[in-house]
Amino acid sequence: MTTPAAGREAGELHVVGKGLPKVDAAAKVTGAIAYADDIDLPGMLFCKLLRSQHPYARIVSIDTSAARAMPGVVAVITGDDLPVKYGIMPTCEDELALEHEKVRFVGDPVAAVAAVDEETALAACRAIEVGYEPLEAVESIEQALVSPDDEPIHGYAGPANVHRLAALEFGDVDAGFAEAAHVREDVFFFEGNTHLPMEQHSATAQAVGDKVTLWSSTQDPHYVHRALAKVLGLPMGSVRVVAAPHGGGFGGKCDPFSHEIAVCKLSLMTGRPVKCTLTREEVFYTHRGRHPVLMWVRTGVDRDGRILAMHFRSALDGGAYGSYGPASTLYTGALQTTTYAIPAYRFEGARVFTNKAPCGPKRGHGTPQPRFALEVHLDKLAADLGIDPVELRRRNYVRPFTRTVNWLRITSCGLGEVTDRVLEASGYEHRVKRPGHGMGFAVSSYMCGAGLPIYWNTMPHSECILNVGRGGVTLLSGATDIGQGSDTVLATIAAEELGLSPGDIRLVTGDTGLTPVDLGSYSSRVTFMAGNAAREAAARMRELLVRAVAEEKGCAPDEVAVADGRIGLIAFEEAAALAEARFGALSTRGSYTPPQGIGGRYKGAGVGPSPAYSYSAAVVDLDADGRSGEIRVNKVWLGHDIGRSINELAVRGQVEGGVYMGLGEVLMEAQAYRDGLLRQPSMLDYKSLTFLDMPEVETILVETLDPEGPYGAKEVGQGPLLPVIPAVVSAVHEALGVWVDEVPVTPDKVVRALDARAKGKEPRYGPKSFPQIPYPPLVKVAPPDAATAAL
Amino acid sequence: MLRLPPCSYLRPGSVEEAAELLSRHGERAMLVAGGTDLVPKMKRGQMEPEVLIGLGHLAELRAVTETEEGGFLIGAGVTLAEVSAHRRLAAAYPAYVRAAALVSSPALRNVGTIGGNLCVDTRCNYYDMSFEWRQACGFCMKKDGDICRVAPASKRCRAIASSDTAPAAIALGASVVLAGPAGRRREVPVDGLYRDDGQYYLEKSADEVVESVRLPAPGSWCSSYVKVRRRNTIDFPLAGVAVALRRSGPLVDDCRIVLTAVGSRPFDVSAAAAPLIGRELTADVLAGADGLLAEVAAEAAKVAKPLDNADLHYVWRKQMTRRAVEQAIVEAAGRLPVPTGRA
Ligand SMILES: Cc1cc2nc3c(=O)[nH]c(=O)nc-3n(C[C@H](O)[C@H](O)[C@H](O)COP(=O)(O)OP(=O)(O)OC[C@H]3O[C@@H](n4cnc5c(N)ncnc54)[C@H](O)[C@@H]3O)c2cc1C
Ligand code: SF4
Repeated sequence: MTTPAAGREAGELHVVGKGLPKVDAAAKVTGAIAYADDIDLPGMLFCKLLRSQHPYARIVSIDTSAARAMPGVVAVITGDDLPVKYGIMPTCEDELALEHEKVRFVGDPVAAVAAVDEETALAACRAIEVGYEPLEAVESIEQALVSPDDEPIHGYAGPANVHRLAALEFGDVDAGFAEAAHVREDVFFFEGNTHLPMEQHSATAQAVGDKVTLWSSTQDPHYVHRALAKVLGLPMGSVRVVAAPHGGGFGGKCDPFSHEIAVCKLSLMTGRPVKCTLTREEVFYTHRGRHPVLMWVRTGVDRDGRILAMHFRSALDGGAYGSYGPASTLYTGALQTTTYAIPAYRFEGARVFTNKAPCGPKRGHGTPQPRFALEVHLDKLAADLGIDPVELRRRNYVRPFTRTVNWLRITSCGLGEVTDRVLEASGYEHRVKRPGHGMGFAVSSYMCGAGLPIYWNTMPHSECILNVGRGGVTLLSGATDIGQGSDTVLATIAAEELGLSPGDIRLVTGDTGLTPVDLGSYSSRVTFMAGNAAREAAARMRELLVRAVAEEKGCAPDEVAVADGRIGLIAFEEAAALAEARFGALSTRGSYTPPQGIGGRYKGAGVGPSPAYSYSAAVVDLDADGRSGEIRVNKVWLGHDIGRSINELAVRGQVEGGVYMGLGEVLMEAQAYRDGLLRQPSMLDYKSLTFLDMPEVETILVETLDPEGPYGAKEVGQGPLLPVIPAVVSAVHEALGVWVDEVPVTPDKVVRALDARAKGKEPRYGPKSFPQIPYPPLVKVAPPDAATAAL
Repeated sequence: MLRLPPCSYLRPGSVEEAAELLSRHGERAMLVAGGTDLVPKMKRGQMEPEVLIGLGHLAELRAVTETEEGGFLIGAGVTLAEVSAHRRLAAAYPAYVRAAALVSSPALRNVGTIGGNLCVDTRCNYYDMSFEWRQACGFCMKKDGDICRVAPASKRCRAIASSDTAPAAIALGASVVLAGPAGRRREVPVDGLYRDDGQYYLEKSADEVVESVRLPAPGSWCSSYVKVRRRNTIDFPLAGVAVALRRSGPLVDDCRIVLTAVGSRPFDVSAAAAPLIGRELTADVLAGADGLLAEVAAEAAKVAKPLDNADLHYVWRKQMTRRAVEQAIVEAAGRLPVPTGRA
């Protein structure tokens, strides 16, 4: 396939690719930015939610009279006031802002109070009397698979507490196994963990008449907007959602939430602004974090280690609600094929409901768990065959511009190059092995935005409007900067097209009342999609300006250079005046819709397709103590195929952040429960890396210039996290000779694996078996034929 | 965020007055020094004092003075950061200074005091939770309830003694000066300050203020403190071991071993060190030859009976106690003046 111009050569670019400071850096470090919780409106009330203290119980009665009678309490609402169900995925709208029939986890909201201050609101919540009839709580995947004595957690799913099942086969898997010289099976477990953003969720609503505006720390104001209109029974035009400057999301602010709905309702009822800021403990309940996933994988290879067939099973502990669950389930099976050419592939997945805080998307959504399993499994396969684990991988790497067996379109792919570069930088291949020290290697791939929207529609995924006038240059985009730097990316792209600096572009973003739509900051979609929309809008503006100058000067448009604040020889402002005089108000638009045909047509094909994939490779160097099981990571080398850096500084920041988060997940983070209650709902007890635990990271960027990315750019927000986890597990194995097939790899588990070895048992810690799951009959999908497979 | 419940704050003019206020207000009152332990616990409803008696402003609690006997008297209001940065203390009492430097994080050490650290509340992950969490779980006998959640058969609370500096102070033979109302003062060994009960963990009357910590002259003692925890900062000890060693000639003449975070009080398990007495700590012994260290560590760790009320698996915590004892002996030995004739 030919590559349409991915953009000009690097030499011709003026601001794209430079490591300029983020456009909001100064405002953030000086504290000038007002985050959601900094919003303070005249007459504002404070809201607190009363939450369930039972993992699973029927609500028999709710008595709010004592709360209502308290001085300072202005309004109290319960589920009866908000009876409309919602949920991010149209197939499982199973949430109520306030439950009134039954509660499904400790932390499930039941009532909301608006009062003159937080103390009063809290006291009023404590004064609400809820009568509960406890039901037997479901605490594990295994338990969820068995028919409950009491009713299932939700009425719409099943059997037992199964939420969702999937069974897909691409190509002839049995034939592949029959042909294989060697077949290996492994079982893995990945414990759930949470996002732990520095900023707790906060939302403030202000109603005027029957219209309401919500400011919230959300990652996708558009989906919140839809949910609010639905639950409040208002036309979309009566609801406005503004994404406030953001203190970190990582996927934890992608769902519409109870507190957002409650403040809107309370504001509509009282006519006063209402704010709700969650406590840290409530953030743990709000969750939507990484699913705990049990996995079983079986792979057949030929004598040279080439994969002939793979069968992957997953079981996800979804917690109490649907959230993004159907997508999360399919993601545990979708991206195995974007790094390795697997000719025959079977995936069976299941998500179950349990009485825990609902799981959802967290950085890497549904793919870090299978990536951990897959990479460690390949290490073990390599050892079985006596093939170097890097070499085994290379023999199976996908090639650029091909189609996978599950129909995903691969375009630019720097997998080989990121591999070469991290190996070279780390000296991995020349390492001297010694006990207690290990190095590990792994690769991964991630999407640059989901190919399909969350609700079915054929409209663009990202839209931008660019205005130029006497007030300067303003870019309007629905995109939400959650700290990942999307504002910087959009400003840089617009500036590049217009020959300006990023700081010259005023941004109005994430405001459903003012900005055209953007689906949100999830699935690493913003640089690719909003970036392309911004580029289109800016290129159209550039054309107008160039035309005006060319006409004025009587030259051809292609003789007019655009750079350094000038259009031709004329200053930008003057050129803008010329254009405005000629064409009237200067406003251009850009939109982005992912191309058709980047995925398959089977049921479930909506998850996995993306206009492009990023590629990462990691090498981890660590010391592990053969007695205490303690692990000290010395250094991580992370090679990432970024397509092209729009802002190199921001890209490196994302890589380092991804490595940080990956290390936290593999070494310590766990959203774990004991008797239906969270074990560690505080930042002291929920362990994540501190400054002093964070090793050096060497980031190596590879630019493959994706044909469809803006200037060739791809994603970096999520991908670099993925290979870190298996690389650590692999390095621990090299250091100590034991496999810990369960994440997080905590020192007590390492010691148990060491003890097992000392007793002559399998030198391993991890799940022993995979449960029987009533998967449906396989949907058999013919793989693309050879002509389609080579793009 | 969690809100601090209303309470009144009293600002006594002296330690003596603080003790008098304590005695006047009785159970409704609590002392607050740095507040790093107390304030978060008040927000979670674990403690509900109506009256706080502040100590932070009292200059008389903030001095570090050298005593005539060659030891040190450290005011209870001296911060952990000040102790950590004190050169002469570091030279004389490495275990104590190391322990102070390993408490929580720099920000908390800047306000947390050594008096507060000795009196720090015992910990348990059924108890160090918000009011709502504890209500959901069912309250326990340490606060608002009547049974122990982690050990339902236990007649007493099994919350974990978590002070880092207490074991070091005990190993170094330190004592505390307690000031009561009407100028009453008494001095007790630090070891005598504790009871093996997670709920009533301090052996002092409610109206006594810890005024200072007295460290005896270091003599030829060398000491060390080893802390087991998950992360390199912030975390409370999962086990802590202080060791003080003294040598006469090449032979060990005395050895003290004190553990923290393995029960409801710090444990002086110096008797376990008996096999070391009269032995020479050669490089081979320190490297584990003839199992001497392992034997001492196994004996020392016998008192450790961890339960599932702290971080990580309790079996691992027990295993790590043994290892920490060995490490602490090795570290203390490394600080001993090397006997002549050896490299
Ligand atoms: C995140 C976090 C991590 C922590 N990590 C550690 C750790 O690793 N190791 C550790 O040991 N501690 C730790 N702590 C606890 C605490 O910070 C320290 O123990 C600190 O030294 C307490 O001192 P303070 O002055 O702040 O005590 P305060 O909070 O003021 O008081 C603590 C207790 O002592 C009493 N008290 C204070 N001064 C006196 C006095 N002079 N006489 C009598 N009673 C007194 C108070 O009434 C209260 O009961 C941690 C705390 C937090 C919040
Ligand atoms: S040890 Fe038992 S009584 Fe003490 S705090 Fe823990 S659960 Fe409560």
